[in-house]
Amino acid sequence: MSEWNDRSKTKYVGQRVTRVEGPLKVSGRAKYTYDIQLPDMLYGAILGSPHAAAQVKSVDISEAERMPGVKAVHVVAGPGTNLRHQGQDVAAVAATTEQQARDALRAIRVEYEVRPHRVITQVASQDPERMEPFPALSDEAQTALRAADATIEGSYSVPVRIHTCLETHGCVVRWDGDDRFTMWCSTQAVHGVRGGMAQNQGVPAGNVRVICEHMGGGFGSKLGPGSEFAVCAALAKKAKAPVKLMRDRHTEQLTTGNGPDAHARVRAGARKDGKLAVIAADCFGTSGYSAQWGMPFPYVYRAETRAVRSRPVRTNCGSDAPLRAPMHPQACAITEQVVDELAYALGMDPLELRLANTDGVRKQQFELGAKLFGWEKRNPKPGSDGGRFRRGMGVGTSAWGGGGGPGSRVELTIHRDATIEVKLGTQDLGTGTRTYVASIVAEDLGVDISQVRAMIGDSDFGYSGASGGSTTTASVAPAVKTASLEARRQLFEKAAEMVGQPAEELDARDGKVFVSSDPSKSITFAEVCSRLGVAGIVANGTFDASLQQGGVAGVQFAEVEVDMWTGRVRPIRVLAVHDCGYWMNRLTTESQIIGGVIQGIGMALLEERKMDENTGRCLNPDLEQYKLPGPWEMPEIVPHLFETHQKVAGIGEPPVIPTAGAIANAVFHASGLRIRHLPITPRKLLEAMDERV
Amino acid sequence: MNAFEWVTPKDLKGAVSALSGDSAKVLAGGIDLLCEMKEGLVTPSHVVNLKSIAGLNQMVGRDDLRIGALVTLTELAESESVRSQYKAVAEAALSVGSPQIRNVGTVGGNLCQRPRCWYYRDVAIECLKKGGDRCFAEDGENEYHAILGGGPCHIVHPSDLAPALIAFDAKVEIQGTSARSLPLLDFFVLPAVNWGQENVLAPNEIVTAVTLPKATAGWKSAYYKFRERESFDWALASAAVTLRMSGNTVQDCRVVLGGVAPIPWRSKEAESALKGKTISPALAEAAGKAAVTGAKPLKHNGYKVRLAANVVRIALLRAAGLEEA
Repeated sequence: MSEWNDRSKTKYVGQRVTRVEGPLKVSGRAKYTYDIQLPDMLYGAILGSPHAAAQVKSVDISEAERMPGVKAVHVVAGPGTNLRHQGQDVAAVAATTEQQARDALRAIRVEYEVRPHRVITQVASQDPERMEPFPALSDEAQTALRAADATIEGSYSVPVRIHTCLETHGCVVRWDGDDRFTMWCSTQAVHGVRGGMAQNQGVPAGNVRVICEHMGGGFGSKLGPGSEFAVCAALAKKAKAPVKLMRDRHTEQLTTGNGPDAHARVRAGARKDGKLAVIAADCFGTSGYSAQWGMPFPYVYRAETRAVRSRPVRTNCGSDAPLRAPMHPQACAITEQVVDELAYALGMDPLELRLANTDGVRKQQFELGAKLFGWEKRNPKPGSDGGRFRRGMGVGTSAWGGGGGPGSRVELTIHRDATIEVKLGTQDLGTGTRTYVASIVAEDLGVDISQVRAMIGDSDFGYSGASGGSTTTASVAPAVKTASLEARRQLFEKAAEMVGQPAEELDARDGKVFVSSDPSKSITFAEVCSRLGVAGIVANGTFDASLQQGGVAGVQFAEVEVDMWTGRVRPIRVLAVHDCGYWMNRLTTESQIIGGVIQGIGMALLEERKMDENTGRCLNPDLEQYKLPGPWEMPEIVPHLFETHQKVAGIGEPPVIPTAGAIANAVFHASGLRIRHLPITPRKLLEAMDERV
Repeated sequence: MNAFEWVTPKDLKGAVSALSGDSAKVLAGGIDLLCEMKEGLVTPSHVVNLKSIAGLNQMVGRDDLRIGALVTLTELAESESVRSQYKAVAEAALSVGSPQIRNVGTVGGNLCQRPRCWYYRDVAIECLKKGGDRCFAEDGENEYHAILGGGPCHIVHPSDLAPALIAFDAKVEIQGTSARSLPLLDFFVLPAVNWGQENVLAPNEIVTAVTLPKATAGWKSAYYKFRERESFDWALASAAVTLRMSGNTVQDCRVVLGGVAPIPWRSKEAESALKGKTISPALAEAAGKAAVTGAKPLKHNGYKVRLAANVVRIALLRAAGLEEA
């Protein structure tokens, strides 16, 4: 049973600490996978299927093999392979330069037998081959709808979104003999990739080393070995040289995962007091060709009668991958609008209705958020400011786990020169892992953070799990804390001999070990270290469940301005109140929340994968027409850290969840126009105005 | 991209003769050309670099203002004489892309850039413009396509500069085996005339300059560009408006729309609605509505009719210095 440090007395833990690797990143010295250069390294490139559905008849690589600079050609999809989506790996080349590799791809002759495809979910959902029909509404639901004081009915949707990591997927593979290789890759799981790649290549797990010092975004799409990893390993083996294979933007967008869409035909009813009586819905969406799709609907709020049916729709599109809080933002955006519409149907304040259907932490957050945001200033009537620019407010909520789990193994060494190394095989998805690892240790040992070197991102270090589900900090920090306390115990034992006081009377701060009751009795940290043996102090740490806790709630309030002439929605303010438990670093926690909100704004207003049913091709596999929000889309974002307990919890995913729902509701409040299909583009608002005339 | 030969001519004559090769392309800023080469849309055997030719990057003003084809968008946007005499042109230049693109992108390149239509940009799709037999936007995803002047191809012209320059009666200078000059409005061609290209340039011709006449200098003007994404995007609809005022009366004017037609779209209807009238918010609204006369939207772009009307309205209010609602 340990406890976290009292934040009113800490120098690092829980304070605003800038990232320890910041200087490396801004100066360009940080080594991403893209930056790895090895002697004799070749460049790989992958040929993707031009068709959404086809069978490979033949692949002729003879011309490609003769092209200048080409060292290896590898066929991924041999004759007979059924291709399920555009961009699916067909063949790959390794050559001396990237240009040569790309030229050689064009020389590969593939004969395809084109098959019929379906790429738009709504179109595929009409096709019995690809989705079963929905059964009729249950008697119970029908009865509940009839008994409700207010009912609403509508169709809602959220489109397929793409992770769009700024650093594309890819790796560098170097074989060190026939059954041993090292790979540098952009990944959320160095140990998971090691196991997966060893199995895939048929070599002992201990013979594979995976390194990921820094990565440029994963969002859930880099949790395992991507198909390009195996292709790269095969090319490197064939070419007998290291190969770097980074996906280009097109195939990145087409093949490395996406967040599924969600379509829901909803009928819902509420009672006069705002209590949700019934939610009935037919839901469907696509995860690509697999038949797996579902969403947690209705989200958070419970109705007395729930009749929800989900259907996966098979389409000839790239497979999904977990995308920051998988399916939660979709479920939230739809649920929050349904709940909002019920409130208006009852003539009730939308926040009041939510309070009638929540309790505990979330209810407190709604009440606090409303006060901080100035909800009472809101005009109860939607679309009530006449004129061109109209403002409105909306609200949404989130629920997430974010607890930690066992397995991480930390090794901490205090050297005789007073430097400290902390090694563990986790990775930094972008949350600032190294910074809290170093903070925890520097705090407990009373040294400057610059004396602690946090070493992560290497499968040769002790095991740690994948960075998914917002579990990394809650898994890793307790293990680091355990090691840190053990090192502190050993340090004080050594110091106790030197100051002639019992170890339990000692404390450490500002590079000194001193007696708590009489700080004048002290010795410097450096001096204690100088008396250590050659091995220094070695402390190991494992998970301590008492230091973490899962289960976090959050609410967000959004204010937008709608331009009734152009349909532009301008986000003005977003207040994000999130349960963060005991935060390791205030700065990176707030930055994590801001990042979530930014992604939520993209989902609310801009992002959508566009498919063309006639050709089966994706129309925007790029950063031009797949529109991420930029600086001009940014509102004032105010993160509010809501403290409920003194245990560490994850905050990576929750902040992306409520934003789109809150913005959609704010758009309605501002304009009186309910846009039930995200993203809320000028087109949709203008069409709604055209319909109203 | 395919391997190519890099040609650096010393003068225009050398550039023109280099262009007579089998598949040569001109490079100014190179932004659009490199995109097209990377996507495999063009595979030139020779790339003719114009940067080495003296004088092409000069802006010279005596009475009129002659803007060399290699003047960058940043230079144009920051030019004091452009900002004071031809305000809409400076505004249009500033609305293009991003700072990095404006620092490299040129006036000539902006006028000659190829369309952004996503069917055209996908090398695997054999559309009309690429020698195929149909326009895929016609019964496809056409929310970003033309509502005016479309058919048989339905692209919109992506240039921001063109509507603003045309609104000041700009002329374009062209050098081939001989030199010619024509109104910039006549430089662009509708797909009904030639769907393979967007302008009248022959394969061995180069745009060398654009001239803004003295006659329109100092007219009140504005360029308003509406983007789906405020940060770095193409026009969903844009409008350049120039006004010669006598007190509150519109003596003469030009209204040119971008992003709604395969060419920069001069609206005579909007101009007629304005001429001789007293400028007012109501007149701006009426002229906006007149600007979309004859619009024929496709299945998914009907919203552009209302949008384009309001974009013209906003540009007019800005040009006239009237409060926007």
